[in-house]
Amino acid sequence: MSNPIIDPKNLVYEKSKVLSDNTMHYCPGCSHGTAHRIIAEVIEEMDRQKETVGVAPVGCAVFIYNYLNVDFAEAAHGRAPALATAIKRLNPEKLVFTYQGDGDLAAIGTAETIHACNRGENIAIIFINNGIYGMTGGQMAPTTLEGMVSSTCPNGRDVAIHGHPLKITEMLALLEGTCYVTRQSVHTAASVRKTKRAVRKAFENSLQGKGTSIVEIVSTCNSGWKMTPHQANLWMEENMFPYYPLGDLKDK
Amino acid sequence: MEEVQLMKGNEAVAHAAIRCGSDGYFGYPITPQSEIMETLMAERPWETTGMVVLQAESEVASIYMVFGGAATGKKVLTTSSSPGVSLMQEGISFACGADLPCLLVNVMRGGPGLGTIQPSQSDYFQSVKGGGHGDYKLITLAPASVQEMADFVELGFQLSFKYRIPCMMLSDGVIGQMMEKVVLPPFKPRRTQEELLEQCPWAATGKTEDRERIVITSLDLDPYRMEKKNEERQSRYRLVEATEVRYEEFMCTDADYLIVAFGSAARICQNAVESLRAEGIKVGLLRPITLWPFPGKILAKYAEKVRFMLTVELNAGQMVEDVRLSVNGKVPVYHYGRMGGIVPTPEEVSTAFNKYL
Amino acid sequence: MAKIKGAVLVDTERCKGCDICVQACPYDVLALSKTFNTKGYAFSYMLHPDQCIGCASCGLVCPDGCIQVFKVKE
Repeated sequence: MSNPIIDPKNLVYEKSKVLSDNTMHYCPGCSHGTAHRIIAEVIEEMDRQKETVGVAPVGCAVFIYNYLNVDFAEAAHGRAPALATAIKRLNPEKLVFTYQGDGDLAAIGTAETIHACNRGENIAIIFINNGIYGMTGGQMAPTTLEGMVSSTCPNGRDVAIHGHPLKITEMLALLEGTCYVTRQSVHTAASVRKTKRAVRKAFENSLQGKGTSIVEIVSTCNSGWKMTPHQANLWMEENMFPYYPLGDLKDK
Repeated sequence: MEEVQLMKGNEAVAHAAIRCGSDGYFGYPITPQSEIMETLMAERPWETTGMVVLQAESEVASIYMVFGGAATGKKVLTTSSSPGVSLMQEGISFACGADLPCLLVNVMRGGPGLGTIQPSQSDYFQSVKGGGHGDYKLITLAPASVQEMADFVELGFQLSFKYRIPCMMLSDGVIGQMMEKVVLPPFKPRRTQEELLEQCPWAATGKTEDRERIVITSLDLDPYRMEKKNEERQSRYRLVEATEVRYEEFMCTDADYLIVAFGSAARICQNAVESLRAEGIKVGLLRPITLWPFPGKILAKYAEKVRFMLTVELNAGQMVEDVRLSVNGKVPVYHYGRMGGIVPTPEEVSTAFNKYL
Repeated sequence: MAKIKGAVLVDTERCKGCDICVQACPYDVLALSKTFNTKGYAFSYMLHPDQCIGCASCGLVCPDGCIQVFKVKE
């Protein structure tokens, strides 16, 4: 059983110490865990654990503060950018980021999101877009694709009834206050590496006072989508990426 | 040397906020209190004390900016008027649930709905009974002069930080808009980060190695822990009720009758009491300064001595319910009120009083 | 030429058997167990340990941070 390679001196990868040992409450295969892990790694590599204040959303990631070992303030649904605005303005030396899902950022918190970005608040916004409300049990999100099934559009999203899936990241890229707007994913090793570079850049922008950075992570909600994690990744590539194409939308 | 100045109540709040070392103001314009932010923007305190002043996109954003600032232990305030304060109720409930200190100012106007921009006291219930969801209380201070609007800024912060309960200064369009002489509080520097850490060890200021991470939240899904948190908060409420009641008595010692009024209504009633006294009627005025905690004990004491009580409010009768609860049926408690932005004259109050003689 | 050999160590109690690391492994090293951890999940393990090159793809995609990766040059 004992493998001689498994020895601390040969260790090349493990989860960051900034990620706590608490078992995450997320469903197996959920993108949130990977996104949390990336944020933890970036905070550790930047050596900013002591100077970080995160803002937690309402949604599945409401308990992000149980997993990331940094100080947190928990916002009401959609209000994270307002909290982050004040935290950063009153503590300009801090690394301040929000972590928000599509319902939080693109529905109930649209106003707070747009105005924080338009003011160019020196915060980083990590935006998880999985096209569905995970925590409340799989209802339609502003980003649910046309034809995509959810518990409140059981026959698929009909744009004549529900309107169109919202490309809010494209909207935010238009605002003068944003300095870096990118769309990434975390479903493969290569995409994880790219997303990590994006998060690092967003956090550095926050500290350098360059304006608002948005890292959208196109994600899966395999429970809500009613697929296995692997099927969900394939479905995301096939259906989400054409509508929400990956890559930088703005980098100034 | 104390410098006496002439200014509006709203302006006094702005100057007092800068002078007492506030760290931040976040607000959204609404009549009749917009002079507060206008004064702050004109004063540019960010260039002197370092105080942040920001015009938010809505009252919803304002209250959550206050929440965010307070979460890091900063001394932050927002101000608004009735419809704006209604929008803030979610955030006020969240701040109470997260035990965050902050100062809120409501320069009341008439409602419901858009109502009117004229003065009113119709947000008494909203302020003292919990306008948002959940079991919570706001320490509620009712200024009756421009001087008190200035003084209650620092008092409000002190009480709020002492008990970690948001404090509401419940003013109205009369006090906010009228110009009166005022002596502004002396300048006090903003707290240093070291002082903040000492005063607010609970604040989210960045996780250092010597402590666990701090999470500012109102959420706990474990019912037993949640009940404990609520019980602890309620025990602080009992402490506030036992120690922080404030009121003012005017000609009460020998009174056969008692008028109870707060804020601008109390100013009018003071004149009414003087003219009734001139007619030989022994009437006194009790002015609650803290609406919560309510001065119920002193009212119960007066219930042993007076023949009736009359509350005068710029509303349909709200505080009268607390007065009735306090006297518990010992004496009749009547109400006289005007609504829609109408402010009664002292003569109208005297006439209303005389009806019950 | 030096041969690179790797190995992974899975925290089997934290693993939820989501299978994403199994799919991500370029050398088909990993598989899900036939047995279950105390939470009732099948967990990831090295079915073909000799094929591992310590590339850490599994660790990078693991949502639960339960994979450690080791590597040696022989």
